Amino acid sequence: MTNTLLQIENLDVRFKGARNVHAINDLSLELKQGETLALLGESGSGKSVTLKTLLRLLPEKRTDLGGRIRFDGTDIMTLSGRALRSYRGGDVSMVFQDPGLALDPVYTIGQQIAETVMRHKGISRADAMEVALDMLHRVRIPSAERRMKNYPHELSGGMRQRVMIALALACRPRLLLADEPTTALDATVQIQILLLMRELQREFGMGVIFVTHDIGVAVEISERIAVMYAGQIIEEGTTHEVIRNPQHPYTQGLLAANLHDVARGTRLDAIPGSPPALETRPDACPFAPRCPLVMDACRQALPPTQRPGPRRRVACLRAGEPIPA
Amino acid sequence: MSATDKPLLSVRDLKKHFPIKGGILGRTQGMVQAVDGVSFDVAPGETLGIVGESGCGKSTTAKLLIGLTDRDEGDIVLNDRTLGRDMTLRALRRDIQMVFQDSYASLNPRMTILDSVAFGARVQGLDDPLGRARRLMDRVGLAADRFAHRYPHELSGGQRQRVNIARALAMSPKVVVLDEAVSALDKSVEAQVLNLLADLRAEFGLTYIFISHDLNVVRYISDRILVMYLGEVVEIAPVDQIWADQAHPYTRSLFSAMPSMDPDNRTEKPPLAGDPPNPIDPPSGCRFHTRCPLAGPVCKTRHPVLGPRAQGSTHWVACHLHDAHSGHPEAGKVVPA
Repeated sequence: MTNTLLQIENLDVRFKGARNVHAINDLSLELKQGETLALLGESGSGKSVTLKTLLRLLPEKRTDLGGRIRFDGTDIMTLSGRALRSYRGGDVSMVFQDPGLALDPVYTIGQQIAETVMRHKGISRADAMEVALDMLHRVRIPSAERRMKNYPHELSGGMRQRVMIALALACRPRLLLADEPTTALDATVQIQILLLMRELQREFGMGVIFVTHDIGVAVEISERIAVMYAGQIIEEGTTHEVIRNPQHPYTQGLLAANLHDVARGTRLDAIPGSPPALETRPDACPFAPRCPLVMDACRQALPPTQRPGPRRRVACLRAGEPIPA
Repeated sequence: MSATDKPLLSVRDLKKHFPIKGGILGRTQGMVQAVDGVSFDVAPGETLGIVGESGCGKSTTAKLLIGLTDRDEGDIVLNDRTLGRDMTLRALRRDIQMVFQDSYASLNPRMTILDSVAFGARVQGLDDPLGRARRLMDRVGLAADRFAHRYPHELSGGQRQRVNIARALAMSPKVVVLDEAVSALDKSVEAQVLNLLADLRAEFGLTYIFISHDLNVVRYISDRILVMYLGEVVEIAPVDQIWADQAHPYTRSLFSAMPSMDPDNRTEKPPLAGDPPNPIDPPSGCRFHTRCPLAGPVCKTRHPVLGPRAQGSTHWVACHLHDAHSGHPEAGKVVPA
């Protein structure tokens, strides 16, 4: 039995301001050590907010947080100061979508990686530079010695994302958060980065939460998939279970909309409408207005979570029923 | 396209090189060969999909087609009339319209939706631009009574893209160029817009040029697929043929870079290493030879010409492997998959 690395219980995130947004509503999630989970959802479903909450990156004054997050037993909602700094980047690190924005343009990539290592591991600059070079080799950057002295703008998009991964993994975190790291890349480069991340995960053994809107990417990278809608997880299971036997009507619709092997000219089973605005906290199934299987009960209360198997769950009254054509 | 069909739109040897200025004197230091000798025909009612990676010249080709960027060389022939000779740019834009990827940036934030849709028809002096705009808004699924007086920021991305489609159709064009028109939309909304595009094509007899990086989407909507690499056309074929059998090594790599969608059979090896080269200084000979797993000596020196795979074939490819007389050691043999 592997140990639990991360436990999120009943997380609520609400942004305050001219208008309130209930971004995350009662989200619970568990990640075991060395597990790769894809958080799959469309824009506004709360995937990126979940990651930012995990790193405590949200602006505190404008955010109401509720629920508990425990990383390896430590409550991270109460971390501050030195403990928070060592948690961020040391225990948990993140790869962002746009490496061009996430890397500092005025330092060479060698300096940037070394700085992180010096800060967290307390070693000398020379040793840290050795670590940085080793990391560039591990992410398969050709002529790494020369690249150490390059600035981010001198690298291509794919190379920058490799540097970003090297930076994130330099301190050997136990959890890697990846926020759409391949979305801005070309298809032939995307697959290289996905395979690299899979390989490094095996090598380093860290847990990974990989946020994506692309089902194909989720299939390539993850062992487990959690599907998000309107700030909630509406379905979770192994990649195999979710892809081969989707139970929630939204997951089924999403898979159909992926156009994989759809014959030309046939009509697509598009999900009508668009996701809710979340200005109020959902008190019924948020997918009900778009759902082909909707019943009166769906509009009355939040659907109960059904658990058809171990670590498998679906938040739907009509889970597993086929959608009529 | 069969040989008897006369093309609606013909593009011949289109070229666009952008100068790179730099240094203290702002001199030209190099040329980006964004589009370099692109030719293709589009039959009436056909949908041509254009695919390729970033920097391959897909979007520049689209902009050249409707004259948003001036071409350096080449001819654009629509209905037997050649742009710049017996057709004005204004006349061309009445018949070719475009929908862009960024639905928000392509609408004027200070104009209501109705005014935006009616604008082109008004400028072109068509009858009853407002009535036309209202009918089209209803047609694309935005009830004119509810949406006419709203502003772009009040709509969702999918709704804004419907506005852009309505605006493109307001001129009753023959050809619509869709440049990554559904790429920014969420998957569930993308499917709705694709259904709409298919309906409109049937209803108005439209011809589409559909540019996208998503091969599944291109396969779904297109009749033929054109593959670009570093400013050149490397392969063009009917969609079923190219899906079953990619002739160019680059096309094959591009197709196998698609995620497998099969959890039991994931991709194990990347089809290509490295990023696409810079179009500023493209490789000599065949531009793909630096990344090609099958490159021979001739590929470094001689530029392959786009031509049919066999006599009379509709499957065209620009690769020495498919030219028995090219001097490539493997030329003319069956290419291993």
